[in-house]
Amino acid sequence: MTFHLLLVVAAGLFCVGLFGALSQQSIVMIMMGIELMIGGTIVAAADFWHFLAPAAPSGQVVVIAAVVAMAAEMAMGFAVTTAIYRARQVDMTDMAAELKG
Amino acid sequence: MSTTDLVLLGVLGVLAPACGVLVFTLDSMARVTFALLASLCCVGGVVTVLGLPYLGVVIVLMMVMEMLIMAVFMIAYMMNPAGLMPMSMLHNKGGSLVVSAVVFAALVAGIFAVPWPGRTGVRPKDTTFQAGTALMGDQMLTMVTLGFVLLATMVGATVLATHRGRYDRFGDDLDQRPAKDPAGAGVGR
Repeated sequence: MTFHLLLVVAAGLFCVGLFGALSQQSIVMIMMGIELMIGGTIVAAADFWHFLAPAAPSGQVVVIAAVVAMAAEMAMGFAVTTAIYRARQVDMTDMAAELKG
Repeated sequence: MSTTDLVLLGVLGVLAPACGVLVFTLDSMARVTFALLASLCCVGGVVTVLGLPYLGVVIVLMMVMEMLIMAVFMIAYMMNPAGLMPMSMLHNKGGSLVVSAVVFAALVAGIFAVPWPGRTGVRPKDTTFQAGTALMGDQMLTMVTLGFVLLATMVGATVLATHRGRYDRFGDDLDQRPAKDPAGAGVGR
């Protein structure tokens, strides 16, 4: 049962982050939502590794890949925020609507 | 799994989503950042309790540094006094709530409906050693790919964040000299 409950925790983290990524206007707040979603992925991967296949290192590799994704998302997010703020004094997604298509 | 581990998992499992909710309900951007830090530290704690101490500690250390940088960015870019005042910056809150709730319900239904396989294999004595040998052996291609991803991130982030590139300063043919600093400063002013 612990396995299932931890997966529910992971799903909760993912969906809280999804709400933030969909609803926030600030680019940095959207990045926070994505971080929470990746946090949910990490919990799920560690859960799978521990309860289903501890002998296989694949679960650990998924955790490492997710951590790298977190770092890359953060760095690129800050860089994009800096670039768009410098170009247009904008840090809100709604004000950057002309980026569409 | 011992009773202590179960209690720890229960506490961390409740705290992680709760702090995640605080991220999108608190007003001050500084508090928001530290709520996210608390949530991701709980994620690191869960990973540690599940038997991956190396990865758990790496996650906690990385998140502490990331969130401190994020706090600086949040306060620097917020338009009201340094992002420290109450404010709401949401769009389509109702739609986002519905989408998130539907996804959560679907995920929970899947979690309890799927016939998960039983546990196969035994846990190695040293899980850090298991990760190391995998990354330097069977999963070497993954490790190489992740390395290139990080390198590309460093280059891309620097290019995006740099105010002026070499072509801005020296022209398209790199034959122009940079203009003199109009403000004048430094030793020779």
